[in-house]
Amino acid sequence: MKTLRTAFHNRLTVAGGVVVAILIVVAVAAPMLAPYDYAELDAARVLEAPSPAHILGTDGLGRDVLSRMIYGARVSLLVGFVSAGLASVIGVALGAVAGYFGGRVDTLIMRLVDVMLCFPTFFLILAVIAYLDSSIWNIMVVIGVTSWMGVCRLVRAEFLALKKRDFMVAAEGLGVRPLWIILRHGLPNAMAPVFVAFILGVAGAILTESSLSFLGIGVQPPDPSWGNMLTEGKATIEVAWWLSVFPGCAILLTVLGYNLLGEGLRDVLDPRLRNR
Amino acid sequence: MTSYLVRRVFGLIPLLIGITFVSFFVIQLAPGSPVDVATDLNPKASAEVRERLQKTFGLDQPLHVQYGQWLGRISRGDFGRSFAPHNRQVAEMIREALPITLLLNVMSLCLIMGIGIPIGVLSATRQYSVPDRITTVFVFIGFAMPGFWFALLCMLLFGVELGWLPISGLQSLDYDMLTLPQKILDRARHLILPVGIAGLTGLAGISRYMRSSMLEVVRQDYVTTARAKGLDERTVIYNHALRNALLPVITILGLSLPALIGGSVIFETIFAIPGMGRLFYDAVLSRDYPLVMGVLVISAVLTLLGNLLADVSYALADPRLRRR
Repeated sequence: MKTLRTAFHNRLTVAGGVVVAILIVVAVAAPMLAPYDYAELDAARVLEAPSPAHILGTDGLGRDVLSRMIYGARVSLLVGFVSAGLASVIGVALGAVAGYFGGRVDTLIMRLVDVMLCFPTFFLILAVIAYLDSSIWNIMVVIGVTSWMGVCRLVRAEFLALKKRDFMVAAEGLGVRPLWIILRHGLPNAMAPVFVAFILGVAGAILTESSLSFLGIGVQPPDPSWGNMLTEGKATIEVAWWLSVFPGCAILLTVLGYNLLGEGLRDVLDPRLRNR
Repeated sequence: MTSYLVRRVFGLIPLLIGITFVSFFVIQLAPGSPVDVATDLNPKASAEVRERLQKTFGLDQPLHVQYGQWLGRISRGDFGRSFAPHNRQVAEMIREALPITLLLNVMSLCLIMGIGIPIGVLSATRQYSVPDRITTVFVFIGFAMPGFWFALLCMLLFGVELGWLPISGLQSLDYDMLTLPQKILDRARHLILPVGIAGLTGLAGISRYMRSSMLEVVRQDYVTTARAKGLDERTVIYNHALRNALLPVITILGLSLPALIGGSVIFETIFAIPGMGRLFYDAVLSRDYPLVMGVLVISAVLTLLGNLLADVSYALADPRLRRR
């Protein structure tokens, strides 16, 4: 029974990994895979249902939905990795400093975390975007800057525990500079949960980006994003179901893939959770 | 208990100051001065209007003075006036929209708890059974489901294809002509989709959390003791395990408040509900800065109060916490 359970679990993790790998390949090889140019208009073939020529149909301007979704994978990959990467960098830096130095610095940083957690993240992101232009770079930065708190708490907890370990005390005793202790001795031992949080963060960032783009304040047309394709889907919901269904499936599958991979890795990397 | 409460309330003060600090920092992000932005929207703005705005924002003062003045104003509930043509008080607009959002969120929360907790308990008590596997699959899908897409699909199915439910607003056009029972029915029909969808998307987290909390508790010594006393399994699970497993869920409910309030932007926009989320979205689109700042501060303060409520309920439920 136990091996069966592990197999079930691993299968899901592997499935998540496969989805993520396919998405990366699709995003990188988008120009080779897309049957049409994502911006190619075809006035004669507006809102056509799926057919052999356009496997997932066409949109209101006669553009091929499949091709736009393939290019949309680039947006989600870029936003996911840059936003989650930025969040991880901020979270690791502040968390390591807070956990290692403790005292007043720690109190200050943790209070900042508490304050940031009070803001409904979506409100904070929208408020910042109200002041900036909604370019893809701004959105990535804003998502990153508003989602580092989880990583920060994780890393701080790791460092609180690590600080008391012999090798850290030894390094300190030898007079190694604090920055070097954090980078060389602390971080490598604290990276496993950060990696898991990063993968789950990619999923979160993709969801946020698609919601923003759906609301018309994320990636702007004519650049294709799964979220802004759904905006058009909503407008034509009564005549063109394929515009509302396929891009949503892409978001669901992508986020599911990253979540499965992340959760699976967590179980592998953290033996404390293995027997749950 | 009183001293715990007093300590908790005093602990809020630095957080409140932090909230205003972050909000004020966001104001400073605006390119150029807020006066330029405000008058850009209205090219006809006269020098007099510019001066009035300059004075409203206190822009001739150094930053820390500006912050102090702003803090003083919002502590009196004065968030300034909206940039929109009607030029209404921001505080008044929020007061109108807030009850709607609160009502929707409280109803969604009830739904989340009412369904999520039993599902979590069921999954935990029959770990790795078929129902547990099925709920696990649904939980993973729930985590990955974009709320707005789920709303779109439900609108397509129940509103467009089947025509069972209205897909926008809070009441029908002929609402005023209905009798009281009809009015209640009308309201309920309009609330089913937004509340149901917000609830279902929040379900995944709570049921997952309840499951792991329950799994942890059933491994505790006092549960083994209860079993060893010969109590039947139902009493063990519902009287001994469930009570303790519910404790951490209180905190999680408090922590999920920001996500719920944030999600109201999406649901209220899709279903055209005139709540805080919709108000905020419109304010962002029209760059109505006083309104944006007002809603931002209020939503954060609400979250803070929600967390305080969760902490106090936790302390009421768990005596160990009070004595600390």
